[in-house]
Order: sequence, then C-alpha cells, then structure tokens
Amino acid sequence: MLLEVEGSLRLAGGLEPLAARLRADIAAMGLAAQLAVAPTARAALWLARDGGGRTLEDLPLAVLDADAESLEFLRGIGISTLGGLLSLPREGLARRCGRRLLDDLDRALGKAPEPRAFFSPPPRFAAQIELPAEVTHAEGVLFAARRLLVQLEGLLAARQAGVRRFTLALLHRNAAPTAVEVDLASAAREAGRLGRLLGERLAVLGLARPVEAVRIEARDFEPMHGFTAGFFGDARAEAEGWARLVERLRVRLGDEAVYGLAFHPDHRPERAWRRVDADADAPAAPGDLGPRPLWLVEPPRRLGETGFELLAGPERIESGWWDGGDAKRDYFIARFEDSSLAWIYREAGEWFLHGLFA
Amino acid sequence: MWRGGAFARPAGAVPTGYPGFDRELPGGGWPLGALTEILGLCEGVGELQLVLPALAALTASGKRVVWLAPPHLPYAPALAASGVDLAHLVVVRAPGRRDALWAAEQVLRAGNCHALLAWLRDARYPELRRLAVAAGTSRAFVALFRRREAIATSSPACLRIALEPAGEGLCARILKRPGAPAAAPLRIAVKKPVHALGRTPFPLSAARDARTHRRLGLPVHA
Repeated sequence: MLLEVEGSLRLAGGLEPLAARLRADIAAMGLAAQLAVAPTARAALWLARDGGGRTLEDLPLAVLDADAESLEFLRGIGISTLGGLLSLPREGLARRCGRRLLDDLDRALGKAPEPRAFFSPPPRFAAQIELPAEVTHAEGVLFAARRLLVQLEGLLAARQAGVRRFTLALLHRNAAPTAVEVDLASAAREAGRLGRLLGERLAVLGLARPVEAVRIEARDFEPMHGFTAGFFGDARAEAEGWARLVERLRVRLGDEAVYGLAFHPDHRPERAWRRVDADADAPAAPGDLGPRPLWLVEPPRRLGETGFELLAGPERIESGWWDGGDAKRDYFIARFEDSSLAWIYREAGEWFLHGLFA
Repeated sequence: MWRGGAFARPAGAVPTGYPGFDRELPGGGWPLGALTEILGLCEGVGELQLVLPALAALTASGKRVVWLAPPHLPYAPALAASGVDLAHLVVVRAPGRRDALWAAEQVLRAGNCHALLAWLRDARYPELRRLAVAAGTSRAFVALFRRREAIATSSPACLRIALEPAGEGLCARILKRPGAPAAAPLRIAVKKPVHALGRTPFPLSAARDARTHRRLGLPVHA
C-alpha cells in the first residue's frame, strides 16, 4: 500500500506522529506491517520490502522486480546492492538486462515520473478473522469483531459513507454459520459505536456452540458527511443522541419494542390508533369522539353478568363489515366493585372489558 | 436557619396541573431529577389523569415523554383528547423486569427525555435504588407506577403518593416527600369520563334493558 503523506505532514504533526498513528491503526486491525518512507513511491516500496531504515544504495537486489536471469547475471559480475547497480554504465545495463530495469531505477530516484491510479475502495465490505482457539463466550467474539469493525470504519471513512446495517457471521466447526444482524437508527461508521451495539446484541443472543471464526459483511453504504457543531446548543446533536438511544433500545429489546402512537381514522376503537416510528409526525386529531379510556385492554377481556354498575352509555359502534373485522357493539362506562372505571361493551349477548379510565 | 416545616429544594419541578396538589409538593410540582412513586389501589382509578396535565404541558413545548413497559395499550385518541402531543410520546416495551430496568437507565442517562413513566413489576429495593440514582443524573420527571402492596416496603423514591378512589375524584395521600410530612390526604378533582360524556348518569332501568335486549334504538357510528 502506497500513501502520499507529504501533504498531510502538517495535519498529523510530523512524520513520527503520523507513523505512530499508522502503526496503531494497523495493529488494531490485527495486521502486521513494515513502514518505509522515501521521496518516491518506488523507493519507498523497495525500502519497505527490505525492512526499512537503510539507504537505497545498501538495498539488496532482491527488492527489484527484475527477472531471474538478470539477477543471476548481476550476481555473476559481483553486484549485490543497488548502489553497485547504479554505478554500472547505463547503456551496458540496458543492453544486458533490458530497458525496464533502467526505467525502474530512474523512477526510484525520481528522474522519471511514475503516475499511479488512486485507490478507490469497494462499495461493500466483507472480512473474516480466524480465532486462535475456539471461543465460547461473547467477549472473545466481540474482541475479534472489533478488529474487523476498525477495518470497516476505515473503508467507510475513505468512501465518506456510513452503514445502516451489518451482519456478523459466527462460523462453527461442524455447523452452519450463525448470522447476527445489527440495525442502526442512523448511518454510522465509528467502530466504537458499532462495537457497543454488537456487544448488546451478543449479550442477548448467547452463543449456542463454540465459534471458530468471525466474519463481518456490510453493503448498501449511505453517504455520510461531517457536520459542524452548533455554538448555542445543537438540535442536530440532540436528534442524533435520541436516534442512538432508540437504536440501543431496539438492539436489545427488538425492533417492535420502541414506537410512537398515532391516530387512524376508524370507528372501531382497537383500530383507531397505529404504531408509528418513534418521533414520526402524527396526523391531525380526529373530531370529538365519545369518552375514550387511556388504557385499551387488548384483546378485550370477557366479563360475567355481574360485578359492575353501568354509569353511562350506550355508544353504538357498528363498523368493519367490509374487511372481516366486523364489530357491532354497545359501549358503556361501568364502575367495578373496586370503584375503578372501565369501558365495556356488549356484543352478541356477552360483556367485554375493552378499556380502563386510568 | 432551617425550619422543620420548610421543603428541601429540588432541582426543579413541572406543575401537576392541580394547584391544590402543587402546593403540597416540594418545588410546586412533580420533582425533576428525582424518583416519584405513584401507588394505586387498582388500575382505572384515575392514576394517569394525575400525571396527564404535566405530560400535556411537556409535550406541547416539544419535550419528549417515554412510557416504559405499560401494562396495557396507551390509547392514542384518549391521550390526544387530553392534550398530549403524540409526536413527542414514545412507548418502549420491555419483556422482563431486568430489560425494563436497563431501558429506564438508558433513557435517563441519555438525557434527551423530559419525562419517564415506568411500570416495573415486583421491583426490589436495590433495583429501585439504581433507578433513583439514574433519575438523579437526569433532569426528567420520573414516575414509577406500582401496586398498592408496595406501600409497606421501604423505597428510595423522593416522593411517594398513594391513590384511592374518592367519589367523583381521587384521594391522594403523600406518604413521603422531602421536608415535613404531609398531614391530611388530598382530594384531587381529576377528569372522569362521565363528565366528558356530558350526559346524566345512566338510568338503572335502562341498564337492566341493556342487559336483556341486544338492540336498542340508538344512533349508530358507522
């Protein structure tokens, strides 16, 4: 991997801090790397191949992309380092070993330009880590998964994108992989946040069998841009904080567990409301209905003939013959013996409790 | 000099909407950043009516209200009729007591909700203590609804109120509050549905008819 770092030196605070950050990030991904710095891309590549740290003249010929025949010839005439190679006459070298070797040397020394196409990261992510031993607890899986999430974060940062969902696959020895889907409330890329969500999810799930390897897949990246924080309070940060809270709750309690309420135009009380996404805009309120209870008892509970006293009513609701949910009910307000107020109805000769005026 | 009759100063308060009740509460309303316990004799005595004016005021000013693990479905048309802006009301369902407790802590620590109404079944003292600490870190009105049996147990809540039905209203006994103990139970005129109906109470003879006849010559909503 080649990085053009000269333009970033001031931002990173110099070469050493930049190298330290690179080493830390690479280690977090669980990879080993050899860093080398040089004024040209090819020289840096050769230095890195050798192990870095020395000058170009001291490098052995093995770092070159030359063919075996040329290397054999050069070794035969007693040349073992690049310095020796550079001291040879150019014309003779070109004739013996081909023009390509000479061009490579010129590029490494910066005498010839070497344009390169910029790397464009792929629009999806899939990576796998083999665990050193079979793991039976969630923390072990999470530790390995965090390394993959750091890689994912890097890819997403390069694409200025975020993910709304990703999949963790737990690979077992003699069984089909277990897939763990994690959904996010808003697009995100920070490995820390993704890791916390995954942790909640794994804590609920529990591991059924030992895990040999973990794999993380993500696709459908969404563009994500940086934001400027507001000076006087921040409505956007507040909304983002709320989105993260909803997401944490959903990961542990399930997608259906967090919802908002809205009306629905229907005379049947059990259909006069809808679940909506938390914080969705509610439609306008309906006109004055009759008295309605704050608690709706779903499904309606069957009552005996006694034990309550009717206070007001009836309100007849007859609706729904067209969709199979046919309702022909007379609603009353009733007081029970423990003096709680309830909304009950009579349908087909039976009494049902449908709500409580709490 | 501290006088025994003075209230301790809470972090803030949101008016309950019942002026007589406000006068008995420290800070003049439901305390913010503290745990409030509301103990009802049974469901359906008007326990939600007690907190609804405060919720209506909070949601009207764009503050978020979370209902955690309610025992029944909160009914949207009735809430809206009481003035609650549904756009700022969120329901969180939690299957178990531990999940509910966890969710309560998350909501309170996130700090972007201004009221949390929670129903925890058989909460133990250490759990209530955690909830009270979490409430202390927030600036929200935290109300925990519990069964009447919990009156006898000790609780870390800052304010405890026991409710009993009393005729057309509600009788609230303040079991515990910061400052001097409350003397007499309070009568609070909560809204009852019979008033909303605007009709005379149902005559007994007609009630008997309703039990015997399936059809009554009444206007039909369809």
